[in-house]
Amino acid sequence: MSNKDAFFDEMRAASGARAPYADYDAWFGQQDVARLAQKSREAEQFFRRTGITFNVYGQADAEERLIPFDLVPRILSNAEWSTLSRGVEQRVRAINAFLHDIYNRQEILRAGIVPTELIARNDAFLPQMMDFTPPGGVYTHIVGTDIVRTGDDEFFVLEDNARTPSGVSYMLENRETMLQMFPELFSQIKVQRVSDYPKNLRASLEASAPTNCEGRPFVVVLTPGIHNSAYFEHSFLADQMGVELVEGHDLRVVDGHIAVRTTRGYRRVDVIYRRVDDAFLDPLTFNPQSMLGVPGIMDVYRAGNITIANAPGTGVADDKAIYSYMPQIVEFYTGERAILKNVETHRCSDPDSLKYVLDNLAELVVKEVHGSGGYGMLVGPAASKDEIARFREKLKARPGNYIAQPTLSLSTVPIFTEQGLAPRHVDLRPFALASPHEISIVPGGLTRVALTEGSLVVNSSQGGGTKDTWVLER
Amino acid sequence: MLGKTAGGLYWMFRGLERAEHTARLIDAGFRIALTRSTDPASDWRSVIATSAQQAAFEAKYDAYTSRTVSNFLLRDLDNPSSVLSVIKAARDNARMVRTALTSEVWVAVNETWMVLTEMLKDSLTEAELPLILDTIRQQSGLVRGALYGTMLRNDVYNFCRLGTFIERADSTARLIDVKYHALLPSHASVGSRLDNVQWEMILRSVSAHRSFRHAVEDDFNAANIAEFLILDERFPRSLAFCAQRINENLTLLHKAYGDDSACLTAAQAFQARIDGNTISDIFEQGLHEYVSQSIIDLAAIGMQIEQQYRFWR
Repeated sequence: MSNKDAFFDEMRAASGARAPYADYDAWFGQQDVARLAQKSREAEQFFRRTGITFNVYGQADAEERLIPFDLVPRILSNAEWSTLSRGVEQRVRAINAFLHDIYNRQEILRAGIVPTELIARNDAFLPQMMDFTPPGGVYTHIVGTDIVRTGDDEFFVLEDNARTPSGVSYMLENRETMLQMFPELFSQIKVQRVSDYPKNLRASLEASAPTNCEGRPFVVVLTPGIHNSAYFEHSFLADQMGVELVEGHDLRVVDGHIAVRTTRGYRRVDVIYRRVDDAFLDPLTFNPQSMLGVPGIMDVYRAGNITIANAPGTGVADDKAIYSYMPQIVEFYTGERAILKNVETHRCSDPDSLKYVLDNLAELVVKEVHGSGGYGMLVGPAASKDEIARFREKLKARPGNYIAQPTLSLSTVPIFTEQGLAPRHVDLRPFALASPHEISIVPGGLTRVALTEGSLVVNSSQGGGTKDTWVLER
Repeated sequence: MLGKTAGGLYWMFRGLERAEHTARLIDAGFRIALTRSTDPASDWRSVIATSAQQAAFEAKYDAYTSRTVSNFLLRDLDNPSSVLSVIKAARDNARMVRTALTSEVWVAVNETWMVLTEMLKDSLTEAELPLILDTIRQQSGLVRGALYGTMLRNDVYNFCRLGTFIERADSTARLIDVKYHALLPSHASVGSRLDNVQWEMILRSVSAHRSFRHAVEDDFNAANIAEFLILDERFPRSLAFCAQRINENLTLLHKAYGDDSACLTAAQAFQARIDGNTISDIFEQGLHEYVSQSIIDLAAIGMQIEQQYRFWR
């Protein structure tokens, strides 16, 4: 793993800076490292003062943490971006069609393309969603697709986050921070704007309102509350969109609609951008212990009187076993070949694959089918013998719970250190918005970076950082 | 606006006001304990009594010293009214209602919390006290300035101001109530040393030891001080001033919402009672009775605001 030449460096090729980085590289060459180090500290102070933090569960002392921010941008050419965004759009279209299908006619199952048991045994599959179409037919309104790169034209989708993807607030704040720190850079290099995202999000949510909604749709963001790890993002998005941020206890069912308690009484709500998990959404339908949701909301939903974004039951599409079928799913619903490649995926439920995975654990990355946030995974090449042995037992006990993928040679983008630039592995999460009329994708996304040398794990919960992501105008 | 948001704004500003008042109270106690040769314990006991927390304090500490009192009032998280507790609660409220605040107000509150958490993280010494008390007042002024300078004058603003003035009026009323024996002109204590010290403490703890001299040409005596604290409309911590502001903000809410307002009626009655009395009327009714009725009235107005504007279910 220490052979650095094996990784694609997005900033530098043997001949010098790669084209998208040429102007930045020239600028960087004229900078004083001490000044940049000072800027880096200022950025941290800025994040701290404005409260751009996330909460780490189970760590009372460091309740709120900063996600480390690196000041070297990740830069994509317009051409690179255009392929990526077309690929993401195609995937989002396919995922919405897939969700509609499995909750209604289930043609893809009948065609034998996706095995029925993958749906039937899926915890994220909600029988309550059967034979029902959400307003406008959209299931996932907000999607974050995780993409990695291994070469010049080599992009792979690592996973689809169709349930409740987070991180968009960091994309926006990272850009704000860069604009504040290096205004001169943006007058020299023309970078596409990301600042329209909140406006687009609101428009997209409004366009997804129930058809019986009168007047301008009333949109709210539903948060579990200030102790949730992504609370900053919830309040940030509500604020930027200019809509109310609510908790479950602010809402109730009134005359067959969802209503929010205001200082003037209850007022009808049309669209809920919820950041509360399915299981907590409605104690009458799901987890009866939950205080986070709204009793009776599923009845209102099924009556067509509220839009829930993203729709309950959307998590089926995030399943990593389903992911392995995504190229076929894309073809089935769009009639086109998938623009973005999948990573080769071994489903451990299959005995032959399981044998292969057990024999090659030291070279593979093994993930839980329903896992997220980098928890519960094994990175073979970085794991100790002991860890591998323990994981082997877990795998044997519940093979259906895991998939395995080869360790990809993830590209690197340099980060700034006081000793100069140093390459680190990155991924990219572009954010797509789906309404009944269109899919829009803001140019860029969140670049996550593994701050530890050689590490492939970029999740913020595992000590990763972020970078501003630039898509050049031309 | 959400009922929850209105409640969060209201309590956030009550908390900030309480922190400021506590800082002033400690400052007064500290000042007096330093400048008197005898019995500092009784001065510190008097500070705790004014903050109405004698029982909680004595359950935890065995002596009244600058150190125990200031630790209890400033940084003890077991004490829900300590500065650290209320600032933390105010900041949690600010996080909850962040969409209603300008970024300047939010940053000011967040920074206040950061600065004070750092300053109050270890047990305090006397040497640090002046700087800490100063910082609390300054930060509080910063939040107020951001609110003044950047917020729309709408219902959000009115709920913030209501929190401030209900808390402030309550603090002033409690201060007078605890000191009423010192304020009451009884023949035995008039002009005595205890009297003067207590008066100084009263004025210091509302930051009025100088403005009183500027504003009131008359003597430094019980009736004048009580009149200043209760009836002087020029003094921003007097009951009369607070009552006016409470009334103003409730009137604006009432106008904007166009509904019945039981709390406005109660606030008008409260102000009328203040306006309708001279200081000799008040002494005649009994200062203690007058002030305790004010505390009850303020609590009732607060409750009515919570109900009327649906802070909770």
